[in-house]
This record gives sequence, C-alpha cells and structure tokens, in this order.
Amino acid sequence: MRQADPGKTKVLVETTDLSLYQSDRQILDGVSLKIHQGEIVTLIGPNGAGKTTLVKLLLGIQSPTSGSIVRQPGLKIGYMPQRLHIDPSLPLTVNRFLTLTPHDRDAVARCAALTRIEHLLQQPMYRLSGGETQRVLLARALLQEPELLVLDEPVQGVDVVGQTELYNLISRIRDERGCGIFMISHDLHLVMAKTDTVICLDRHVCCHGHPESVTSNPAYLDLFGQPQDSGVVAYTHHHDHTHDHGPQGQGNCDHRGGHEGHDHA
Amino acid sequence: MPEFLVTALLAGCGVALLAGPLGSFAVWRRMAYFGDTLAHSALTGIALGLILSVNVNLAVMVCCLMIALLLIALQQKLSLATDTLLGILSHSMLALGLVVVSLFNRGNIDLNAYLFGDLLAASHADLWVIAGTMAVVLPLLVWLWRPLLSITIHEELAQVEGVPVVWVRTALMLMLALVIAIAMKVVGVLLITALLIIPAATSRRLVRTPEQMAVLASILGMLAIVGGLSLSYWFDTPAGPSAVLSASSFFILSLLRKPAI
Repeated sequence: MRQADPGKTKVLVETTDLSLYQSDRQILDGVSLKIHQGEIVTLIGPNGAGKTTLVKLLLGIQSPTSGSIVRQPGLKIGYMPQRLHIDPSLPLTVNRFLTLTPHDRDAVARCAALTRIEHLLQQPMYRLSGGETQRVLLARALLQEPELLVLDEPVQGVDVVGQTELYNLISRIRDERGCGIFMISHDLHLVMAKTDTVICLDRHVCCHGHPESVTSNPAYLDLFGQPQDSGVVAYTHHHDHTHDHGPQGQGNCDHRGGHEGHDHA
Repeated sequence: MPEFLVTALLAGCGVALLAGPLGSFAVWRRMAYFGDTLAHSALTGIALGLILSVNVNLAVMVCCLMIALLLIALQQKLSLATDTLLGILSHSMLALGLVVVSLFNRGNIDLNAYLFGDLLAASHADLWVIAGTMAVVLPLLVWLWRPLLSITIHEELAQVEGVPVVWVRTALMLMLALVIAIAMKVVGVLLITALLIIPAATSRRLVRTPEQMAVLASILGMLAIVGGLSLSYWFDTPAGPSAVLSASSFFILSLLRKPAI
C-alpha cells in the first residue's frame, strides 16, 4: 500500500490562515492545512463547524475573506457532493448522468466497474438508493481523472455494510491512482481506517494528526467487529490548547457526551 | 383557410416550439412561479409601452428581460425564500399593470386580449418578432444544452467541472423572459405558464431522455395550438384558453400511460 509521506510527496493544495465572514458571523478562523499527493485527509467537526464551507473554499466555489489557497497549477479536482437531488421530472439515466461531461467511453466503463454500478447504468437517477447514488457520484468524480478527490460526507445515509465497502473502495482508489483524498466525515469520532491525517475543525483547526488504533475502543469493536475488515477507526482528539469560552472550560470539540478517549487539558 | 388563421397558426406554433424546451427546464428546475412572475410583468411592459408611446412588443420584451435580471440579482443578494419573493413581485406586477393600463387606456385597448391572448389578431409584424426570437433562442439553446443540463442537476458540481454557472443560469432566465414576452400574444399573461408547463409535463410520461422530453413538449404544444385554433374557428371560443384546454386534455390522456422511466 502506498502511504503518504508528507516529506517526500508534492503538496496538491495548501491553505494559509483562511478566514471567512458571512454577514458579520465568523464561519472560519485562520484555517491552515496541506493536502499531499496520495494522502487521505479526513475532516471532522460538529455541525456548524464550517466543514462544507471549507470544502467550498478548497474547490473555489466560494472565496475566503482573508488568507490564501494555493493549488498546484492545473490541479484536476474530482468532487462528490453531499447530496444530489434530481427532480423525478427529469428523465435521466445513470449512464447519461455520467456522460454529461467530456469523457471517453472506456473511462466510463472502467469507473462504472470500479464503483460497481454497471447494473445501474440504464436506471433513472431518481430511483437510486442512498448508497447507489453515492457510488454513482463517486464514479462521476473519478471520470475527471482527478489528482485530488474531494468527498463531502461520502458514506452519509449508507448502511454499515455499504460504508465499509465504500471506504475500502476509496482507499483502493488512492492506492491505484495515487490521488490525494480530502473528505468530510459525517461522524465526529469514527473515521476511515486508512486515513493518514485527521483534522478536527470547529471554525478553527482544533487538532490534527494520525488516527489512533481502534483496539482500545470497546464501543467500536462492539459495533463493527474485527478492525481489519471494516473501514472505520476511532479518532482520539488530542488538544494542545484549551478553549476559554467553554462553559466548564471544556474543549470545543467535545460536543457529544459519552465517548471515550478524550484528553482535554 | 383564411389568411388570418394561417398567421395565427404560424405564430402559435413558433411560440409553442420555443416553449417546449424552456418549459421542460421550468419543470425540471421548478420555475413555474418564476414564469408566472415574468408573465405578469409583461402586463407592466404593456403599461410602459402605452405611457411612453413606444412599440408594445418592444416594451414587453424589455420589461420581461429587466424583471428577469432583477430577479437574478435579488435571489443572489437576499436570503428571502424564493417563492415568497416571487409571490410578492408576481402579483404586484400584475396589479401595477392592470392599474396603469386602465389609467392610460384611450379607448383602444382590450384588456382581455392581454390577459387571455389574442392569437387570431396576430399580425405579420408579430410573426417577424416571433421569428426573430426563434433565431436568437434556438441556437443558444443548442449551444448551451449540456451546461444547462449540468446546472439543473447540481450547480456546485457543474461549477467544479468548469461550467460558468452564473452565466448559464442568467442565459436561461433571459431566454425564458424572451419566450414569455412573445407568448403573451398567443395565450395572454394569465395563461403563459400553462403553455410552458403542461406540454412539458405531458411529454415527461412518454420519453426516456431530456432531449426527447424537450422535443416532444414542442410537438405537443404545437398540437395544442392547432386544437385551440380549431375550437376557436368552429365554436367561436377564445383561442388562447382553448389551446391551454387542448394541452390539458393531452395531459389527462398521458396519465393513462405508465412513465417510460
């Protein structure tokens, strides 16, 4: 397996001190991060932490109030949006959806095979299930031959088996294509096992680092069985700072009670 | 066939041809209310034409285009729910148009003709305006077809894939405004949305691709015009409402069939 080594591989995107205000509300505060080639970066954080906004800044859909984003020149980005709502009044098959952008026929067949959606190609888009829609969206993102894959909550609304499959697929794509992957996780504490770097965002970057081994977390084992055949791992937050605005002096990342492994100073 | 009927048929079919694809987008993007707002503002255009003593066709067209641009700007600036915004604008424009037209009516204006259309009175000048609109809108539709579909499916995905979303969306609104301006002659401001929506909704049940839906909507719209004019000719009913009724009966018939996909 190809492992990202931040020292050697090239940086695909680097942000420095990104801040964003929207109608006097601060959405993002001084976010600096790097995404390397072949690296899987998972972004976690509570609701309203600015995760989707940060993705929009990375994609260039929105502009920051201050700070800079440097993308590698000519960087090809494949984007998988969080949700796709297609009105049932639009008669659109999966095949047509995939071929709306410039493409070659072999690439469509390859991506459909990789994401295992060949049997869905003649289905109308609006009849797909949540997991099927996610795989179709992933196939469309892959058609761009991206060097950076940006996935907004790829396993949201997908059952546990489907999540594992999707996570395995994502890590296979990284291994085979060597692209960088930046994804938002829908869960604050469970991230994909192959993640190289976890970034915990709560308007600012709370903490980041490698996800820890899962074996110490009984709740995880309880839920998913053996770690090697599932795609998720628990992430333990190590904060190197305290928040003075919490009611009990607690870290801002601790938004849900009852989880283990937290280490707030 | 008397000449006025031929002119009416050509005018009606020209408008219906354009209404097919644009109506399809209105259905896919749920823009029926948007269409209503533009249609109602056409009446304000007539009022302006009367006040300024300029060509009414031109005034209506300019007014529809201005309102479309205003709506695009408002949607981007305000966080107001779109249907509330459109509801306010739509009926204010209709009221404004009605009040101003009756104030400036010098006895030569038939309000009903504007509200419900006056297809049988279509002139050669009207035909030229419709032909000119077709010459602008049809090539633009073909050229922008793929990006238009992309932004209809997912605007942000389209943007990441390099589609200039704001421009494409603006082009769609302006094309819709143009078609609504010429459709006023055929079915009148109160029934324009019907001419856009009903053939497209009927077509949906019979097709497998977006392109088939747009083309079939055009054909069904033209058939509705033929049906409306026939009713009008034989039974002396108003042509616009008769055409809309024909379209509605096609829709009811289409319900008998299960959708293709």
